[in-house]
Amino acid sequence: MQGEEIIRLEGLTKWYESGHTVLDHINLTVRRNEFLTLLGPSGCGKTTTLRLIAGFEQPSEGRILFDGQDISHTPPHQRRINTVFQKHALFPHMNVFENVAFGLTVKKLPKDEIEDRVRKMLALVNLEDYENRSVDSLSGGQQQRVAIVRALVNEPEVLLLDEPLSALDLKLRRDMQVELKRIQQRVGSTFIYVTHDQEEALTMSNTVVVMNAGRIQQVGRPEDIYNEPRNPFVADFIGESNILPGRMLRDGLVHFADYDFPCVDKGIGQDVPVDVVVRPEDVAIVGADDGMIRGTVESVTFMGVHYEMRITGEDGFLWLVQSTAMTPAGAPVGMNIGPNEIHVMTKEEV
Amino acid sequence: MGRRLYAYPYHLWTFLFTVVPLALIVYFAFTARDTAAFTLDNLRQAAQPVYLGVLWHSVWLAGVSTFLCLLIGYPMAMILAKSRVRYRRMLTMLIVVPMWMNFLLRTYAWMTLLEKNGAVNAFLGFLGLPALHILYTDYAVLLGMVYNFLPFMILPIYSVLMKMDKSLLEAAEDLGADAWTSFRRVTFPLSLPGVYAGTIMVFMPAVTTFVISRLLGGGQYMLAGNVIEQQFLAIGNWNFGSALSVLMMILIFLSMIGLSRYDKDSDGGLFL
Repeated sequence: MQGEEIIRLEGLTKWYESGHTVLDHINLTVRRNEFLTLLGPSGCGKTTTLRLIAGFEQPSEGRILFDGQDISHTPPHQRRINTVFQKHALFPHMNVFENVAFGLTVKKLPKDEIEDRVRKMLALVNLEDYENRSVDSLSGGQQQRVAIVRALVNEPEVLLLDEPLSALDLKLRRDMQVELKRIQQRVGSTFIYVTHDQEEALTMSNTVVVMNAGRIQQVGRPEDIYNEPRNPFVADFIGESNILPGRMLRDGLVHFADYDFPCVDKGIGQDVPVDVVVRPEDVAIVGADDGMIRGTVESVTFMGVHYEMRITGEDGFLWLVQSTAMTPAGAPVGMNIGPNEIHVMTKEEV
Repeated sequence: MGRRLYAYPYHLWTFLFTVVPLALIVYFAFTARDTAAFTLDNLRQAAQPVYLGVLWHSVWLAGVSTFLCLLIGYPMAMILAKSRVRYRRMLTMLIVVPMWMNFLLRTYAWMTLLEKNGAVNAFLGFLGLPALHILYTDYAVLLGMVYNFLPFMILPIYSVLMKMDKSLLEAAEDLGADAWTSFRRVTFPLSLPGVYAGTIMVFMPAVTTFVISRLLGGGQYMLAGNVIEQQFLAIGNWNFGSALSVLMMILIFLSMIGLSRYDKDSDGGLFL
């Protein structure tokens, strides 16, 4: 489904006069028809990356290739890329139709073609009856949909979305996530999506790019990012996890929490320091004396589908464990972790 | 209830200094000078071609100077809005500081500058250019109006441009608009409330001025403001002066209505 390369970032770097570096030699390939998400905490450089691709800012170093051509210094209005802005940025002095038609009227297309394309786009997001409404009279979700089709009506080869759902409430956000995914599959363009919401990134994307402090931490499919985080930052940022220091004793055996766990990781080396990630849902609670390690339940929170427990291990590590069965606070428990649930990461020099 | 109490001083103020004088002017306009009986003679006299001509000339000059202020002031407001903070403060100061000086004094200064052997002509002569003889003509009056009222055009436009969401311009650019198109279709339409405010703030004082026209237009030069001033102060015919004032107010009122028709976005603006 994913095609050939459409955008390539080469050593993309951005710093400001103040000396602050926001982007530090980013290399990234975006493929045609891909839904790619730039994910990271605020200030990680994801929005700057997007603004560089859109052309609102110029790189300090490096280049941006579009279809093999260097567009680093091409003005935004000459790029075949459109943007959906975080705060919609709808034109307040135009109605819904005029907003969506803006890009087409700028290109001076024939009037009936404009009407035709705008109507089709409004139908795509169920806003056919809102043509003549002023944008101020629309709800947040409707404004967002207008902003999306205002960009899409130009049939951009790449659509950039800068946290477009962050202003919406949770339920509406979920609905829009599904709708955006559907739209992307319908129109078949490449989406580059910026968010700090890991759940949003995991559910919508083909490819997730985790960023922190101006650098790319990991690129991969959502499953890979979740199951095989490359470093503690990614493990911590993507979902909740227990990250423990440990030693890789040999292939298939790792020591942490005062126990030698069998695992499936190989090729890391013998007796090297590592970080170990265990997801909270992967810890099995057993009888106090039946587990690999022992601990005491500190607190229990009911989360709906499951209970979330904080358990202090004998070595003092505070575990986060999710289970459908409740164990009361203060009770001693045993914990088992299967070989497949242990993910070992080589320590990175920071 | 408490809130209403606070509003009373303002009501009183409005009544004493707006309603009462207006009523007096209307009263004088419609009464005879000697008998104080109701009459339309004053208005009839004011509607004579010679006075209508003066009124028209005043509106025309005020209109031209408003247009010139817009032409000069809009780009200045844009430059101001786009410049860096520290630079912007200095520019704003430069625009506002002349207003700290007395209005008469500034206008007198132009008289000296524009004189036959004044500074302007000395400079032109130094460059080998022909001398400028515009003192006591429409041009000098226009110059005086534009010079004095320009800040009232710049500042409201500037404040609207400053408040404008910059992402709208990025959106326009992103959708394929070049700089000119995004100005024409986004920046300018969104700045119209500022343009209206500036237009009113320049046009009003310009159409009623009698100082600028007296000093830079010379003694015999007549604008509506001068005629009215003359009736009140020199001739002492308050009734005819009031009639002229009423006529002028109607004229201004009509032109403001014409303007506010295009001003559908700025509710609660300066006028209507």
